[in-house]
Amino acid sequence: MQTVKMVITGPFSSGKTEFIKSISEIEVVSTESPIAKDSAEALEKANTTVAMDFGRITVDDDLVLYLFGTPGQRRFDFMWEILAEGMLGFVVMVDSSKPETFREARSILETFRAYAPTPYVVAANKQDHPDAWKPEDLRIALRIEDENVKLLSCVAKDKESVKEVLLELLYSILEEMDAPK
Amino acid sequence: MALKGNLAVFTTTQLLNLINLSKKTGVLTLYEGHKTGKKLTLGDGLTQIDEVAPGKEIAHLNFQQGMLVFADMNGKDGHLASVLQRAGKLNEEQARTIREKAATLNDKGLALRLINANYVTKNDIVRSIQKHAVSIVFDLMTWNKEPFEFKENIAPPDSHILVPIDLKNVIIEGTRVITEQKHLEEEIENLDFALKFPENPGEKFKNVQLGTNEWRVVGFINGKNTIRQIGKACNMTDTEIRRIVYGLLQAGLVQMIRPQSAEQPKRGTDLKRQQPANTRIERDVIQRLIVKIKNT
Repeated sequence: MQTVKMVITGPFSSGKTEFIKSISEIEVVSTESPIAKDSAEALEKANTTVAMDFGRITVDDDLVLYLFGTPGQRRFDFMWEILAEGMLGFVVMVDSSKPETFREARSILETFRAYAPTPYVVAANKQDHPDAWKPEDLRIALRIEDENVKLLSCVAKDKESVKEVLLELLYSILEEMDAPK
Repeated sequence: MALKGNLAVFTTTQLLNLINLSKKTGVLTLYEGHKTGKKLTLGDGLTQIDEVAPGKEIAHLNFQQGMLVFADMNGKDGHLASVLQRAGKLNEEQARTIREKAATLNDKGLALRLINANYVTKNDIVRSIQKHAVSIVFDLMTWNKEPFEFKENIAPPDSHILVPIDLKNVIIEGTRVITEQKHLEEEIENLDFALKFPENPGEKFKNVQLGTNEWRVVGFINGKNTIRQIGKACNMTDTEIRRIVYGLLQAGLVQMIRPQSAEQPKRGTDLKRQQPANTRIERDVIQRLIVKIKNT
């Protein structure tokens, strides 16, 4: 049995857990912890991932894809490198409606690029939100100058949208395999 | 879809850069910020800032194809007579009389009258309006908490005199006065990145007015020299080189790239550059994954 993995990363509350839940064939194994009720994060959501999220897609008897979601809070970033080890590629989730998270998204992107030079895509999540920034504006805001890097419109709670992002990442991986060394 | 945000998390310089690079047409409105009493959590999940809601409108900037064409701001009288007076083209008495006698005229009508009456030249008017608009932008660059909204495809009112201003120069000039070291460190975290020119550098540098220090930095850009090395070669402190590189980046004149020798980022411990996982993966595996996800 061969297992391969992809990592879903991004800032706090960018939709990583939702993304994995939308596509995983198993109930996502989440290490979510309730956010203290008196904290500001509690206004954003009730729980946050503290170690990782884990989802699975079984291709056949011989091949399984694991999806690992990283914890969003910086205090758990020691987990990132462990999760990144051996990854096929990664998705950087960005909440398009929250410019206050763009700087962190850029920093996370750079960090993961340093872990391993694997292909990646950026998912401009929450595109159904009225205040969402367009993917082309996000590209400039996140300083993604390389036009070969795909910046994709995404709604993490929509399975079709999630499939599209994962497929684009897989196409990028194929392109890299085909590229002259 | 409007671009909404807050200057506390997306600065004026970043906004101008976005509008410039994407050649947007529309109006940028800035509002007084009213604290809601709630906190906003930044992307690290830890840092919190005050959430502010938009209040009274305090400034408008109009853009066409990424160029600033008009600006007005509360507290900065935008009447043409006042603009010309501040630029030294009219004296106080002349400006007061014009404001009284031409109260019903719009800027374009007034400009025509003044030119025909040989009060000022067309060039005086263009330069004075340019100076007025740029001074508003420089004021905006010192703001750090106001909510903003950019609405696309909205043309400025016909009555305004539109003077196109290339934002690249404004951005570079504006970043010269940024003194907040923390902000620069956040923007350019790693000095071990190299710099390269974007495609069509000739086109990008056209009409750009760089200062001596900027030119010195530009002279060392070759895709290999790191920001730290360039700063050392130019005898600049980390803050000085950061400020210049930030200006060049925001003006879209240079790009940061990771050289092979770059230090790893601060996060994580004992980072080792791993072999790409997919060199060990067969092409067939990826194709099977594609088929599976398509059919999921």
